[in-house]
Amino acid sequence: MNNRMKLEFSALSENEPFARNAVAAFCLGLNPSLDELSDVKTAVSEAVTNCIVHAYRGQTGTVVIECETEGDAVHIQISDFGRGIDDLKKALEPFYTTSEGEERSGMGFTIMQTFMSDFSVKSEKGGGTSVRMSKYFGRNKSSEVANAE
Amino acid sequence: MDITVKRTSDTLYIYLGGELDEHNARAARERADSEIDAHAGVGRVVIDLAGVRFMDSSAIGFLIGRYKKLKRYATPLFLRGVGAAADKVLSVSGIYTLIPKM
Repeated sequence: MNNRMKLEFSALSENEPFARNAVAAFCLGLNPSLDELSDVKTAVSEAVTNCIVHAYRGQTGTVVIECETEGDAVHIQISDFGRGIDDLKKALEPFYTTSEGEERSGMGFTIMQTFMSDFSVKSEKGGGTSVRMSKYFGRNKSSEVANAE
Repeated sequence: MDITVKRTSDTLYIYLGGELDEHNARAARERADSEIDAHAGVGRVVIDLAGVRFMDSSAIGFLIGRYKKLKRYATPLFLRGVGAAADKVLSVSGIYTLIPKM
């Protein structure tokens, strides 16, 4: 049976570790390798950071994460209700950042795309942004299993 | 995020430990910069990532920021102790052309 969970939390940077670790814990039932779990944690961290830094820009707000398993896959949706992305095509380019001078690398979306099996993003100006990404576990089973003893 | 430093005659070693994400990057930046300023004139700086358990693209911004600061001192920056997960994040950015691994 498919498993699902939903997390809703304040857009505060101290929630970044909580969010990525909660999603990683949810994935453990699918027997991911350590590398696969690390990929998921990194991608979730990027998406949640985008919500906090870009969507709400330090203002109060809510981030919602919904996860669902399907066979050997986890589907993750991370949504905010913030300002939306002005130019989505540009935002997806490597090294593109709207926060020059704040030491942002502009690599967040590139990492989500590279580290996950599937990735898509929808954004509406003033209406928030929603990232959907999936990871298919077990496609490259050369490494250690994360929840092995 | 834990930061410790060690100075030898020609090298400043900066050891990072813990998780390097957007939440921790500011404190890491302030601490690393104050050590770099305190050791201005050193021959080279080495950032050791062996103790880093997690990093995301905030680490790329952090490292490029320190590279730019050290460039003003004409001091080269190197990386060591890069684990597999950190290497995957850093490789995406091509950062090793600026900051080589030892």
